[in-house]
Amino acid sequence: MPKRTDIQSILLIGSGPIVIGQACEFDYSGTQACKALKEEGYRVILINSNPATIMTDPDLVDATYIEPITVDALEAIIKQEKPDAILPTMGGQTALNMAIELHDTGVLEKYNVELIGAKIPAIHKAENREAFIRAMNKLNIRVSKSRIVHSLEEGLQSLEEIGLPLIIRPSFTLGGSGSGVARTKEEFQKIVSDGLSISPTTEVLVEESILGWKEYELEVMRDLKDNVVIICSIENLDPMGIHTGDSITVAPAQTLTDVEYQHMRDLSLQIIREIGVDTGGSNIQFAVNPANGEIVVIEMNPRVSRSSALASKATGFAIAKIAAKLAIGYTLDEIPNDITKKTPASFEPTIDYVVTKIPRFTFEKFPLSDSMLTTQMKSVGEVMAIGRTFKESFHKALRSLENGAVGLDEPKYEDSTPEAMEVFLKERLSYPTSERIWYLADAMRKGWSDEKLFEYSKIDPWFLAQIRTLVDQEQQISCNTLANIEPGALRFWKQLGFSDARLAKLLKCKEPEIAQKRKEWNIIPVFKLVDTCAAEFPSETPYFYSTYEEENESIPSTKKKVIILGSGPNRIGQGIEFDYCCVHAAFAAREKGYESIMINCNPETVSTDYDTSDRLYFEPITFEDVMHIIELENPAGVIVQLGGQTPLKLAKQLKNAGVPLLGTSFESIDRAEDRQLFKELLDKLRLQQPPNGTAFSLEEAYQIGRRIGYPVLVRPSYVLGGRAMMIVYSEEQLEGYFNEAVQVSPEHPVLIDKFLLNAVEVDVDFLSDGKSVELGGIMEHIEQAGVHSGDSACSLPPHELSQSILDKIEQQGKALGLELGVVGLMNIQFAVQGQEIYVIEVNPRASRTVPFVSKAIGKPLAKYATYLMLGDTLESLNFSYHPPPWFAVKETVFPFAKFAGSDTELGPEMKSTGEVMGWGETFEEAFFKAQLAVFKDIPKRGYVFIGVLDKDKHAMVSVARQLIAVGFNILATPGTFHILESEGLKNIKRAYMDVKQENNIYDYMHRKEVALVINTTKPRKRFVDHKHLRRLTLLYELPYCTTTQGAEHFARSMTMLNKTEGLVYRALQG
Amino acid sequence: MTDGVLVLSNGRHYHGNLRSALTSASGEVIFNTGMTGYQEILTDPSYTGQIVTMTYPHIGNYGINMEDMESNDIHVSGLIVKELSHVTSNWRAEKSLEDWLGEHGIPVLEGIDTRALVKTIREEGACPGIIAPLEKGDVSSIEALREKAMSLPVMEGQNLAKRVSTPENYTWKNEGSTSNYRVVAYDVGIKYNILRMMLQQGIEVVVVPYTTPAEKVLEWKPDGVFISNGPGDPAVVYESIQAVTQLLGKVPIFGICLGHQILALALNCQTFKLKFGHHGGNHPVIDYKTEKVEITSQNHGFAVEETSLPSSVQVTHRNLNDQTVEGIESLEYPAYSVQYHPEAAPGPHDARYLFNRFIEMMGQ
Repeated sequence: MPKRTDIQSILLIGSGPIVIGQACEFDYSGTQACKALKEEGYRVILINSNPATIMTDPDLVDATYIEPITVDALEAIIKQEKPDAILPTMGGQTALNMAIELHDTGVLEKYNVELIGAKIPAIHKAENREAFIRAMNKLNIRVSKSRIVHSLEEGLQSLEEIGLPLIIRPSFTLGGSGSGVARTKEEFQKIVSDGLSISPTTEVLVEESILGWKEYELEVMRDLKDNVVIICSIENLDPMGIHTGDSITVAPAQTLTDVEYQHMRDLSLQIIREIGVDTGGSNIQFAVNPANGEIVVIEMNPRVSRSSALASKATGFAIAKIAAKLAIGYTLDEIPNDITKKTPASFEPTIDYVVTKIPRFTFEKFPLSDSMLTTQMKSVGEVMAIGRTFKESFHKALRSLENGAVGLDEPKYEDSTPEAMEVFLKERLSYPTSERIWYLADAMRKGWSDEKLFEYSKIDPWFLAQIRTLVDQEQQISCNTLANIEPGALRFWKQLGFSDARLAKLLKCKEPEIAQKRKEWNIIPVFKLVDTCAAEFPSETPYFYSTYEEENESIPSTKKKVIILGSGPNRIGQGIEFDYCCVHAAFAAREKGYESIMINCNPETVSTDYDTSDRLYFEPITFEDVMHIIELENPAGVIVQLGGQTPLKLAKQLKNAGVPLLGTSFESIDRAEDRQLFKELLDKLRLQQPPNGTAFSLEEAYQIGRRIGYPVLVRPSYVLGGRAMMIVYSEEQLEGYFNEAVQVSPEHPVLIDKFLLNAVEVDVDFLSDGKSVELGGIMEHIEQAGVHSGDSACSLPPHELSQSILDKIEQQGKALGLELGVVGLMNIQFAVQGQEIYVIEVNPRASRTVPFVSKAIGKPLAKYATYLMLGDTLESLNFSYHPPPWFAVKETVFPFAKFAGSDTELGPEMKSTGEVMGWGETFEEAFFKAQLAVFKDIPKRGYVFIGVLDKDKHAMVSVARQLIAVGFNILATPGTFHILESEGLKNIKRAYMDVKQENNIYDYMHRKEVALVINTTKPRKRFVDHKHLRRLTLLYELPYCTTTQGAEHFARSMTMLNKTEGLVYRALQG
Repeated sequence: MTDGVLVLSNGRHYHGNLRSALTSASGEVIFNTGMTGYQEILTDPSYTGQIVTMTYPHIGNYGINMEDMESNDIHVSGLIVKELSHVTSNWRAEKSLEDWLGEHGIPVLEGIDTRALVKTIREEGACPGIIAPLEKGDVSSIEALREKAMSLPVMEGQNLAKRVSTPENYTWKNEGSTSNYRVVAYDVGIKYNILRMMLQQGIEVVVVPYTTPAEKVLEWKPDGVFISNGPGDPAVVYESIQAVTQLLGKVPIFGICLGHQILALALNCQTFKLKFGHHGGNHPVIDYKTEKVEITSQNHGFAVEETSLPSSVQVTHRNLNDQTVEGIESLEYPAYSVQYHPEAAPGPHDARYLFNRFIEMMGQ
């Protein structure tokens, strides 16, 4: 069927800010979809509140709305743009939910807009558990049995019906807290009783336990003619019980016979047809009983997903792109396979390699939370690696993680007596954490049999055998020294995927010595193509992975080329913003006539779309892996300044290896990173920084503390995203920090800075060609200094700072840029205390603010930076900074709800996973839109609860007054109540934060009467009531402010909005 | 395990490890792109005279069970893989692939760059080759093996159906229940799953040797005649072609794979050798009756030449990858056939409806 001509314009809904479970895979899918629809000549309208996305680049679609994804915004946009259709399957759960809301509120009908990709009944059948179970029953497909119970009696009845063991999940608790597995009736009674009491709705889900079963996923596509194909099968290494997003997964399935695989395929076809997803991709998850092959369907997602992004990268089949084309009426046989160009998309990819995905966690950011892996997803990113065998791809994935491991490194034990280790290992393998794999390997070293390992871990024996081969080989290797190994042995180890670094550790030598030996013996990797068809057809798309085999398929061109090093797995502190920059670099290099070559290992990203660069290498970003490619390609230059710390930390080694680095020199990077050199730099330019010192011991730290005065900011040297950073108010606290948070050594001193009270932070991005420096964007933080810059909201242009301060900041930044000889981007953080300006940090590289600034000023900074690195000048680019005629406010989103036990307080340690942008003609409008984009709904009536620190209480007077004026009622803790009342405010009620008190705030929350929570607190472990309040605020998804500044802006925005007709939504294109 | 080599008649050779049976094997070297289904492949009589290269690197993971056999023997001469699993993991597994092949004297060459080999076959065509134990560096033996490989017969002109066809008639029928139809099946290398599928449809199948003359077949008073899949060059299976020619119009006929080619030859079409054939479970085929695409299981080195089709024969199915003929139907007689495998085993089940069509045809 040809494409539809009865529709001309299509609205695509993005997924909003990056959160756990919904990350940049939806930028990848959405970008592909936008491009595919544009290619077909449709007018494309996009809404996404996340500015750090490629999809929101203004040249991608016709009308880009960086606006909150709410029914109001969508209705306004639909009214303005009059789209014929909405494609809701590209923006994750956010977009699907929005489609349902638009339907339920009658907006779709009112404006006569059609949903394409998935219709409401299909979405309902897949998303509503009861409807899904009914559909599966109709097909005679087994789902796990479950009951919702509201009392222990009901619980016991469900126990009779389903039988032990059972999984119990209290409804409506954060991060799955209160969940448990009951193996006995006594355990069952306890967990159910506890669960009922902690569930706000006194409700628990009792579910048949299929823990320990094997888990599989199939990626399915269907077109309007009912052609259905399976794109990829995925087998989880981790058994059921660990969320698939937190599981190590492998493509294709490894331990299913054809009969079993085809049975699963048949079920998938039946399911997609019954659910009625008429076009596009879906993901179906199955559990298989390892003892008898019994199959249970777990769930189905009627849209593209994290797994479909993985499947696309794993096979070369662009699921989102094809799904977009199917949505507009094409059938699979009408669309060519992008990779081979000659065969159609109506086939099932077959691969001749193994793909391993390993999630990346950041539990260190949330020290109070439980790090056990459960059915609640907790990982913030992932890596993917391709190898010709599982062993090779697994090894490559391990070192892609950038968690310090270069392979199956030996883990550390707190108590290393054999008995203690045995107990510990049993615990770690039965209740796995993110380190399970390293403990598994170590248990093998300690002589555990595969049977014993399976008993505790339920990891399939096939995977255990693969990992055991690696562990056994490690033992072989470590019996040798570099001097006595044979070329054949070294080649064999490289084929197993061992990194040079790991081999060096095992052979007790230095990594370069291994590299030297390899070169001497000509043991270098070849590169193979990802081609969707196992080489059955010639392929045209240069998408490669390395392996140690005979034939090299990557034949370098003779063009001049630029290699861009990507940013690896998403983590807190380094996420989609850097991928955005790398993608722009690839585009810019291509525009400048270079061949662009991307190296990255993150399957969620746009940078690893084979369409983004001229050549893609899906490889770990380690010195060794990167050098293999550089040596083969011989590029004119390598860009390390756009991918965050990942490529930057390779700069020194690359430079020493004679690799031409583009842009700012390594010496300049070092001058800004090295504490001493940086101090000299500032002294030379007569700029000031907060008083500081470097401590190599606690004693030295005391001395520094006495010299500069408390409070001080302490952190280990060379960190990313403020890990283990803390504000310390006393010597006692300082001692605690040294004992608990860091290990000090001569190589790793602790940095101590005077903490500036009541200061405002300013984040500034600059562009420089080495001869002149120009402002890129200047952002004033909304929270006071002390909150990590990545967690702060900010405004561009600054909303409060005076022009004279801003001018000084610009001058200082320009001086720094010139002195450092920056070529490309530079980010500086300043703190302004009164009239004093302090330089906090200089990063001569792209920072996470680049995409936000680019969207706010309407100029692609990362692209310009690349032009500059390739020889353009600011003059030739005709670039100069003009503050935009509107305000753009960035606000951040946090993953607290996913971590049972963690608190929502902000501090110098970065915790946010993503960001949104709000923009408007006034600061207040922009601020309010940003809040809307985060909280989705801000009630205009109801109670505002105020519970703040004594120092903040007076600031609440005007806040409360304004909120009352626009119709809110105020609930306040007794102290605040007293102050507000003494200021003459009316309509205030007392509410307590102590649960035991009558008239506590939680009753109001349960009754859903609370519109906003204002709560400030002091850091760390105290104020249990505050923590409870914040947990419930998250649970009820209520808007909240945790700073006085935030509260003030909230109040002012509400006042402003009360005076206007409502919000205005505008497309970037004007 | 010992050092081993694959030497092709085109002169290329690949060093690896020899496992299972540490012996030599020769045959036409082809590749199969299925990621599952090695047991079905190894026991499919259509692979007679062939050394199969599996493009998926890990083979043997789920072992061998006695349920997924496609005949009672292994038919490939040798197997080439990137990595033969040392362990077996599946609840139905009864034996490891290595042991099973070893018991049957079938060697496995492991550890070569199978992708490079596949590309050679893709570019230069499937060709004869020899797997043999050989120490690395033994150059003179390679030369000898190459000469031997060059002297191996090519697929064209080989009647391999002869080697796999049943010597005696035998019958498959549902014990205890009555069959609705009786079909006589020409065994030119029949797979068990075809028989299983027919049984499920309530068909009693009389399996007969490929040389069975038409009049013998008609003595069974069949409702339909089936011509099975099988190995080798269809053009030289004269006995079957002749019998089918005589059966046309007398009884509904359905052919699969080699059976499809035999029907085509009986209908005066011609067949030709494909460069490297179709072997895998992911080929898109369009059914012109429904305009729908099915994902098919394929295993054939020869195909029906479209330009040779008389006007009384029409193409019903076509391969969307290379546009070759995948199914035909006679406009004069109740006879149709497909080049691919609706019985799957291994591969997707999309094309099972073709057995229903046979029932419909027999019912008319």
